[in-house]
Amino acid sequence: MDPLGWAEIVGRTAAQLTPVWIALAVTFALSLRFKRRLGLYGKLFDSPIGMARFALVMFWVFSGLFAGAFDMILTHDVLDQSAAMKNKGPGTPYTKLMGEVAEGAYPYYLLGGDNLGRDVFSRMVVGAWEVIKIAPFASVFAFMVGITLGLPAGYYGGRLDTFLSFLANLILAFPVILLFYLLVTPEIVLTGIPVYMAAVLFVFPIVFLVLLWNSRFHTQPPKRNRYVAITLVVGLWLYLGIAWDADPLGIVSFPPNLLVVFVAVVFVNAPTVFRIVRGLTMDIKTRDYVAAAQTRGEGPWYIMLWEILPNVRGPLLVDFCLRIGYTTILLGTLGFFGLGLSPESPDWGSTINEGRKLLSMYLHPALPPAFALLSLVLGLNLLADGLREESLRD
Amino acid sequence: MAKFILRRIGVMMLTALCLTFLVFFLTNLYPNLEKLAKTQGNFRMTDAEVASYLGRNGYLQPLPVKYGQWMGVLPGWTDTAEDGTLRGRCIEPGTPAEDAPRFCGILQGDWGQSTVFRKEVSEIIGEKLALTGRLMLWVMLLMVPSALILGVMAGMREGSRTDRTLSTFAITTTATPEYVSGVLFIAVFASTAVGLKWFKGTATSAMETPTFENFFLPVLTIALYGMGYIARMTRASMAEVMTAQYIRTARLKGVSFPNIVLKHALRNALIAPFTVIMLQFPWLLNGVVIVETLFNYKGFGWTLVQAASNNDIELLLAVSVVSVVVVLVTQLISDIGYVYLNPRISVS
Repeated sequence: MDPLGWAEIVGRTAAQLTPVWIALAVTFALSLRFKRRLGLYGKLFDSPIGMARFALVMFWVFSGLFAGAFDMILTHDVLDQSAAMKNKGPGTPYTKLMGEVAEGAYPYYLLGGDNLGRDVFSRMVVGAWEVIKIAPFASVFAFMVGITLGLPAGYYGGRLDTFLSFLANLILAFPVILLFYLLVTPEIVLTGIPVYMAAVLFVFPIVFLVLLWNSRFHTQPPKRNRYVAITLVVGLWLYLGIAWDADPLGIVSFPPNLLVVFVAVVFVNAPTVFRIVRGLTMDIKTRDYVAAAQTRGEGPWYIMLWEILPNVRGPLLVDFCLRIGYTTILLGTLGFFGLGLSPESPDWGSTINEGRKLLSMYLHPALPPAFALLSLVLGLNLLADGLREESLRD
Repeated sequence: MAKFILRRIGVMMLTALCLTFLVFFLTNLYPNLEKLAKTQGNFRMTDAEVASYLGRNGYLQPLPVKYGQWMGVLPGWTDTAEDGTLRGRCIEPGTPAEDAPRFCGILQGDWGQSTVFRKEVSEIIGEKLALTGRLMLWVMLLMVPSALILGVMAGMREGSRTDRTLSTFAITTTATPEYVSGVLFIAVFASTAVGLKWFKGTATSAMETPTFENFFLPVLTIALYGMGYIARMTRASMAEVMTAQYIRTARLKGVSFPNIVLKHALRNALIAPFTVIMLQFPWLLNGVVIVETLFNYKGFGWTLVQAASNNDIELLLAVSVVSVVVVLVTQLISDIGYVYLNPRISVS
C-alpha cells in the first residue's frame, strides 16, 4: 500500500472524528434552540466568535470523552508498539515487523508513529482524556478550598485573615516546579504525605456544602437535616474512597500516582483562588445589602454564602475557566518533567517531552500534542475572555 | 515608610524560614534519604548499609538538630571513624580536625557541599546565577518594551480592529506554555526537517559565547509567555485612562492624538503594569526552568532540576532560598514602587 497524501490524511482524520462532529452538532442545535432560557451560557451563542470559542473547547472535551471513556475515535491502542512504524511519517500504512497485522486493524497511522512505533493520532486524542478527567475536577476542588477559606478571611479580617494570608503567600512564594519536584515523586508517595494532604484538602467540599445547607435552612430543621444527611453520607463515602482508598463498598478508588498529581495541582491552585475570593469579599462586604442582612440578624455564614458569594459569581466563573486552562498547562509541565504519571502515559506533556528529543529529524511526534494543548488552553482563555465581557455587560 | 519596609522584611524572613524548613523536611524524609544514599554509594546497597551510610554522614539526627546545623546555630556533627580519625560536617577533607570551626551553616556563610556536583554549593549557585542572570536580562529587554508597546497600541483605541487583533495575539501567547512554544520554535527555525535552520536548537554553546543565533530562541520562548499578560494589563490600564476627564479636556482643546497618548495618557497608564512586571519574576523563574531544560542551557533552572531529581539536599535548599528571596524581594519592590508612583495610596 502507498502512504496517504495530505488531503487523504485530513479526510480520514475528519471521518475518524465523526462522533465528535455529531456530538458538537447536537450540543449546538440544542443550545441555539433554547439559548434564551440558558442565561449566561446562552449568551455565548449570540455571536459567531463566542460559538467558535466554545466549539474549540468542546471539540477536545468530546474527543477526550469518546476516546478515553468509550474507546471510539482512536485507531490503534495507545501502548501498542510496532517496530516497523518507528518514526514513520503521517499516513504510513500500518505494518508489523513480526507477526501479522490483526484482522480489522486500522490500515494507516494517520499522524505517523513515534520513536517507539506507537500511533501519534491515538495518543493525541487519548491525551485529551488525561486532561479532561483531572483538570476540571482539580479546579473545582481548588475553588472549594479557596472559597471556604477566602470568605471568612475577607469577611472577618483580623488575625484569621493575617494567618491564612500568610499561609497562602507561603505556598505562592514557592516556584511551582520546585514544589512539584518535592511533592510528586515516588519517594513521597511511599511516605504517605499525599494521602494526608488529600485527607485535608478533600474535607473542604463537604464542609462547604454542609455550611451552605445549614446556613440557608437552619430555620427549617427537617429540610436542613435531610440535605445535610445526604451530603454527609455521599460526601464521606466518596471521601473515604478517594482520599484514604478505604471505601467500605469497594466501588470508589483512586490510583495513588494519579492522587499525587491531583493533590499537587489542587494545592498549587487553591491559594490563588483564596486570594481572589478574599479580595472580592472585602470589596462586597461594605455593600448595603450586606448591612441589611446583618440588621435582619442573619448569621455570618448565611451572609457569606448566600449574600456575598452569589454576587461575586461573575469574576469567579471567569477565573474558573482560566484556571482549567492553567491546570492543563500545569499537568503538561508535570508530564514534561516526567513527574507523577507513568512514563508510557499518553498525556500531552509526556508526549511532547518524548517528541522533542527527535525534533531535529522528525516533527510529527511532537507537534500534534503541542498544538492540541495550545488549542485547548487557547479555547479556554478565549472563552473566559468572552464570559468576562458578557458578565461586565450585565 | 521605614516602618512598613521593616515590617515587610520581618514577614519576609519568617516566610523564608518556614519555606526552608518545609524543603528541609521534605528532602529529609527517609525514602528520599535512601535514594540519596543509593545514588552516592551504589544502587544495590542493603537496608542496613543504607542506614549505616546515613548514620555515618549525620543524616539520621533529629530533624530540628539537622536544621539548626544547616542554619549554623548548632555545632556541626562529628563522628569518629574506625581508624580513629575525626570526621564531621565542618571538617574539610585534608585539613586537621582541630582547626575546623564548631559551627558551619548559613549564618557563617557556609552553604555546604553539593552531593551531585561535588563542589561548594555557593560556588555552583554563583556561577549558575550569572548564566541565568544573562538570560533574564535579555528576556526583560525583549519582553517589557514589546509588551508595553503592544498594550498601549491596543488600549489607546478600545474596541478597534487593532485592539481586537493585538488582544487575541496577547491571549494566544498566554495560552502557550514554554514547552509548547519552545518546541514549535525549534521545529520551525532549527530542525533539518523544515530546513530553515536560522537558529540553533540548543543553547549549550551560549553559556560560553552567546550569539544571536544560539541565544535568541530561549530568550524569545520565555519572553513570549510573560508578554501577553503584561500587554493585557497595560491595555486595560490604558483603556481606563483614555476615558478619563483630562483626556477629554485635552482632546477638546485640540491636542493631536499622538500628543494625547504620549504626553497625557502614557505616564498614568504605566503605573499598573509596573507592579505586574515585578510580579512576573516568580513566573519567569518557572519559564527559566523549562527553557533551560529544553535548550540544555546549564543555568539556575537546570541546576534546580538536577538538585531536585537527585535529592541533593544542600544544593536544593540554596536554590530554594535564592528563588524565594527573588520572589519576596520583587513583591516588596512592587509594593513600594506602587506607593511611590501612585500618590493616592499611603501606607501609614
